[in-house]
Amino acid sequence: MTPGFDFAPVHFAPAAEYNVPRRLTETPSQTGGPYVHIGLAPRQAGFDIFDNNFGNVLTTDETRGERITVSGRVFDGTGAVLRDVLLEIWQANADGKYSHPADGQDKQLDRTFRGWGRTSADFETGVYTFETIKPGAVPGNGGVQAPHILVMLFARGINLGLHTRIYFGDEQQANAADPILNGIEWVGRRHTLVAERSERDGQVHYTFDIRIQDTPDGGEETVFFDV
Amino acid sequence: MTAVNEPLDGQAAPASRRSHDGFGGDALITPRTIGFGPITRRVGEVHPPAYTPGYKTSVLRSPQKALISNPPTLSEITGPVFGADELGERDNDMILNFATDGLPIGERLIVHGYVRDEFGNPVPGALVEAWQANAGGRYRHKTDQYLAPIDPNFGGCGRMITDANGYYMFRTIKPGPYPWKNRVNEWRPAHIHFSISGDAWAQRLITQMYFEGDPLIDRCPIVKTIPTREQVQSLIAREDAANFVSMDARTYRFDITLRGRAATFFEDHIPGARR
Repeated sequence: MTPGFDFAPVHFAPAAEYNVPRRLTETPSQTGGPYVHIGLAPRQAGFDIFDNNFGNVLTTDETRGERITVSGRVFDGTGAVLRDVLLEIWQANADGKYSHPADGQDKQLDRTFRGWGRTSADFETGVYTFETIKPGAVPGNGGVQAPHILVMLFARGINLGLHTRIYFGDEQQANAADPILNGIEWVGRRHTLVAERSERDGQVHYTFDIRIQDTPDGGEETVFFDV
Repeated sequence: MTAVNEPLDGQAAPASRRSHDGFGGDALITPRTIGFGPITRRVGEVHPPAYTPGYKTSVLRSPQKALISNPPTLSEITGPVFGADELGERDNDMILNFATDGLPIGERLIVHGYVRDEFGNPVPGALVEAWQANAGGRYRHKTDQYLAPIDPNFGGCGRMITDANGYYMFRTIKPGPYPWKNRVNEWRPAHIHFSISGDAWAQRLITQMYFEGDPLIDRCPIVKTIPTREQVQSLIAREDAANFVSMDARTYRFDITLRGRAATFFEDHIPGARR
């Protein structure tokens, strides 16, 4: 503070005097903890309790679109793999329509595709996997968003679920025009959201590793969003 | 509304599952505007920061760069839709859903409350999942090695879909406190983990519920990650003596608030969203 400058606090009238309805406060987050699997992936925790388990296969035989596998690992700040992390994804269908009533686009809904999946990393290897389809492009922020999958991470040590996005390495043109990627001021960080395409046994595969912090081997911290 | 002053018999589906199919197909939802306004911004000060050194695991598992603020798009204002028909009859009854040769040991409880958004609107159709340790503080999990024994009749997870009023309820055994490696003599207060999938991806929340009067709450470094006293209070379930079930179970009330949006109701039935 500048010496001699007397900083007078500004007093506002309480909201009640303006008749502003009180907004409730969001319930605070807490870590999912090391046993997050018990509630969200009980089979992974080692027991069978529900008839219908939510899982990492988003498709049925009838689902339209290009079948893809997305897999990767999540690393901490020492470069160690998180073996207790839980991931969820949310994505549009092959035409770029979300299976949710808030999506008013005049596009075909795929009734066999919820667009959501959940999995935990393997306790030994730390590898997570989703079997899904490549999503179509959806509108956003005055442009067209490149095909992308939304990801959330929950784990011991993570106090508030981390939001990130998976883009596709073979969509360079669309990625270059993507309003969210372009909204990342640090151009050099954008690549952390792009999954690398490969083919394994004739199957299309995208590898998407997530680094919560920079890692000693030179890996760069993944971009996380406040959505 | 489920009458919580009557014991569940484990046979009839609770009202919280009967009355809501996710798309207003039942009586209580009145079709309104299809006005899916943007989700309110998350108020950062409400939540624990990512880096909280008192909770040691967070040190290497917290991003060091600032989050990128991203105006919500269609991607974030939509979210997965779950149907009540995907859940089993006893999914919200932890007293019975893993019982094999008897009842689990411990204090019989009902936990119930409302899921609302910041504007006080109910959030119907939300998937509420809960998990917890048994009465002795032992989790049914491959990696939990605490010497307190497993209860053969207690699984420790349940799930439900909120009804048209945003109401949920489940029945369980009160979890015990649990020692863990942070400082050498660290104990978690009794707690139940909650996961809520609301109407929009941006509302997704995982948290923990504590019990009124537990002296361990004030010592817990995970609780202390929360910046304000008022916000800690919002995670403490209140004893709901008026809804105790005579000669059966005590009741706790725990309400949950998700981020708000202008309208949370919809009138179109979209069958594809239900599998």
